[in-house]
Amino acid sequence: MQSVKFYQTGSFAVGNRLLGPEDRSVQSDRQRINSIDCGHRACRGCGEALGARYALDAAMRATRNRVVAVNATGCLEVFSTPYPETSWRIPWLHSLFGNAPAVATGVAAAMKVKGREDVRVVAQGGDGGTVDIGFACLSGMFERDDDVLYLCYDNEAYMNTGVQRSGATPPAARTTTTPATGPAPGARFGQGKNVPMIAMAHEIPYVATATVAELRDLEAKVQRAMEFRGARYLHILVPCPLGWGSAAHDTIRIARLAKESGLFPVFEAERGEVVGVSKIRRRVPVADYLRPQARFAHLFGAEPRTDVLARIQAIADRNIRRFGLCDEE
Amino acid sequence: MDREKPFAITLDAGSSRANKTGDWRTERPVYVDLLPPCNQACPAGQDIQRWLYHAESGDYEPAWRRIMADNPFPAVLGRICFAPCESACNRGQLDEAVGINSVERFLGDEAIERGWTVAVEGDPSGKHVLVVGAGPAGLSAAYHLARLGHLVTVRDAEALPGGMMRYGIPRYRLPRDVLDAEIARIRDLGVVFEQRSKVADAAAAMADGGFDAVFLGVGAQLGRRAYIPAGDSARVLEAVSVLHGVESGERPLLGRRVVVYGGGDTAMDAARTARRLGAADSLVVYRRTRARMSAHPAEVGEAVEEGITFRWLSTVTHVDRGGVTVEKMRLDDTGFPQPTGELEDLAADSVLLALGQDSDLSLVDGLAGIGRADGGVEVDRAMMTGREGVFAGGDMVPATRTATAAIGHGARAARSIDAWLRGSARAEREPRPLATFDKLNTWYYSDADATVRPHLDLSRRVSTFDEVVGGLDESTALFEARRCLSCGNCFGCDNCYGVCPDNAVVKLEPGERYEIDLDYCKGCGICVQECPCGAIEMVPED
Repeated sequence: MQSVKFYQTGSFAVGNRLLGPEDRSVQSDRQRINSIDCGHRACRGCGEALGARYALDAAMRATRNRVVAVNATGCLEVFSTPYPETSWRIPWLHSLFGNAPAVATGVAAAMKVKGREDVRVVAQGGDGGTVDIGFACLSGMFERDDDVLYLCYDNEAYMNTGVQRSGATPPAARTTTTPATGPAPGARFGQGKNVPMIAMAHEIPYVATATVAELRDLEAKVQRAMEFRGARYLHILVPCPLGWGSAAHDTIRIARLAKESGLFPVFEAERGEVVGVSKIRRRVPVADYLRPQARFAHLFGAEPRTDVLARIQAIADRNIRRFGLCDEE
Repeated sequence: MDREKPFAITLDAGSSRANKTGDWRTERPVYVDLLPPCNQACPAGQDIQRWLYHAESGDYEPAWRRIMADNPFPAVLGRICFAPCESACNRGQLDEAVGINSVERFLGDEAIERGWTVAVEGDPSGKHVLVVGAGPAGLSAAYHLARLGHLVTVRDAEALPGGMMRYGIPRYRLPRDVLDAEIARIRDLGVVFEQRSKVADAAAAMADGGFDAVFLGVGAQLGRRAYIPAGDSARVLEAVSVLHGVESGERPLLGRRVVVYGGGDTAMDAARTARRLGAADSLVVYRRTRARMSAHPAEVGEAVEEGITFRWLSTVTHVDRGGVTVEKMRLDDTGFPQPTGELEDLAADSVLLALGQDSDLSLVDGLAGIGRADGGVEVDRAMMTGREGVFAGGDMVPATRTATAAIGHGARAARSIDAWLRGSARAEREPRPLATFDKLNTWYYSDADATVRPHLDLSRRVSTFDEVVGGLDESTALFEARRCLSCGNCFGCDNCYGVCPDNAVVKLEPGERYEIDLDYCKGCGICVQECPCGAIEMVPED
């Protein structure tokens, strides 16, 4: 994170008229690439469209516009590329739902054969294509240390096909396959499938998490990732107004609350070791994050499920302890 | 289209730009400029956010010129204004209010040091306006009238212009070189000053001088007397006269033990002046509590630091040689002080009465049609009295009696006089909606403690009339300006441009702000929600 003294110079905002050009964010640039262009068919307030533009524009800047993107099936692919229109203003390949990491590996290998070290490969997919369906390919890509940056846009369910539970769906969340009925409504409390931690266990050069609420942090991580060769993984939380049942205008606010509650720890790791965390600035209880989302509405009915909220709060508290998200008080 | 296509390809690839997703929209974002609370609270009507915006970039001269459009006394008000803007400042709800007043002073001092001047901007009208009184209201009116292109003559009873800024406010709060420098700028605009020239009869003055309009700003110079039984040789003085005398070079003999009776700013000025004149014991007697004093808390605080003592809930019932008798009071349920009958004698060499001031309105006795109200003359929103062409402002009209309010009156009156003389209606601006705290997204403002102005050492404060409160230097003034949240007015942070998932916000040339591309704006409202300063609103589509 950029160190901040006061708002006009060293800002939490996207830009700042008083900053020197070297300190400006990619997104504040009038000449930014807009890797994913206007006219895409994402829902109003789509977090994924935002996350993809943030990450790819930053990757484009980091590589002087030498990026090939491979895209798993999912919302991002569907809303950006209904044949014959495309929103992509960068070289872009669509493969299958489950093999984006493998295809990206192939592209990287082809570039190596052609001696094009300047062209870098980025693969991207939603949590369904990454955490579940593409996971074997992803693990293989990590294990072989292929020269690919993999971007996972995590909206915590299969949104493209109608909001079905994925391996990234949080406990108690309502999806069409985990309805809000019965004594334990919503997704069950499992052991979790924490892909950033799994990626760290592969000891790949760089692993990080980010949200669309912290642009400068996200851009800095993409920039950092492109300084490494080998397998790299960036997991970006992208709220989905449709699937989460949140207001379109709340996408960024909710991403911010996910981080500020401790439920989504924002950190970076190199070769399996955590090297930095984004501290919580104004800590909030998890209920503040969950309440604006209809997928958790069943926790806030006439008889609030304080028992379930307490279990979710315990997850946040553990994250805060585990990653040191709050400064000692 | 005519080119042969590869196998299984039937259509040419196209850009998604052909897909005008703006037609999904049911409401649209609109950029607005709201009224910042500082601006709303300023009795001089200053556009504070706008000049802080310039100051933030280090563009001090444009910032100063923006102040000077409304207020000819930034260096003066940067010292003596009680800053209602800061009480209203939204940042006060976040950490501490922006030190607007100290930035104003910095800009005012910078202008004096660098010799910045202002020029006449209006076309010469050939009209001649008489301004009666060279206090803040009269000087402000004269300044604006001159800049608007009129001939202005100021008549004032005192030896030097400034009114209560000179003869009521002690030097330790307002050094005279600062006041003189800002008045000189008004003189340089061609305003003619006729000092020691009291206007006793406004009607006669208007008729003799052939003036086209007149502005009255004689202030409230008469110290209010209360009947206090006094024995022989009791030394009872009015605080305003004492302050006036000190300014004129007198050293009134107040003695070692001085009692000041009253709870307003004049009482503080008198008690602190007495201390500087050598009183070892300067005691303020006030009939209510500290919380109910009308004096500004900062001034009370400075007085306490200087060793002024206070006796709250007390009235002076009798004055005698060498002492006063005070009665203890208690507040009733309505907060009104009631006597208790408990008396006590206190030693005092002199008693200064600071019980408020009245205006001498005898100069308008000869003018028909002028209404009176609350001890002053009645004016309409244009500051015109019941008589055509006669305007009034400052302490002699019913309003808050501060220099800032008077300066605001003078500016308002000048604009009205200009419109009246040129036969045009003065356009009243539509009031903008207020930028309240709930309209801001304060997440984006990082934490920054307020900067504190330096204070003179106590030992020098009680023995000299040196200025007590110091100014900010350039780095601290810049820091303070940058603490401004820019409530309700775009400050170019690019947030809307960055957070739009549809790339539908267009960033224009530097300083030109942004536009919404309605072909692609789906109306999600993220830009509105994430705008730090509340400068975007959602409106329904027709």
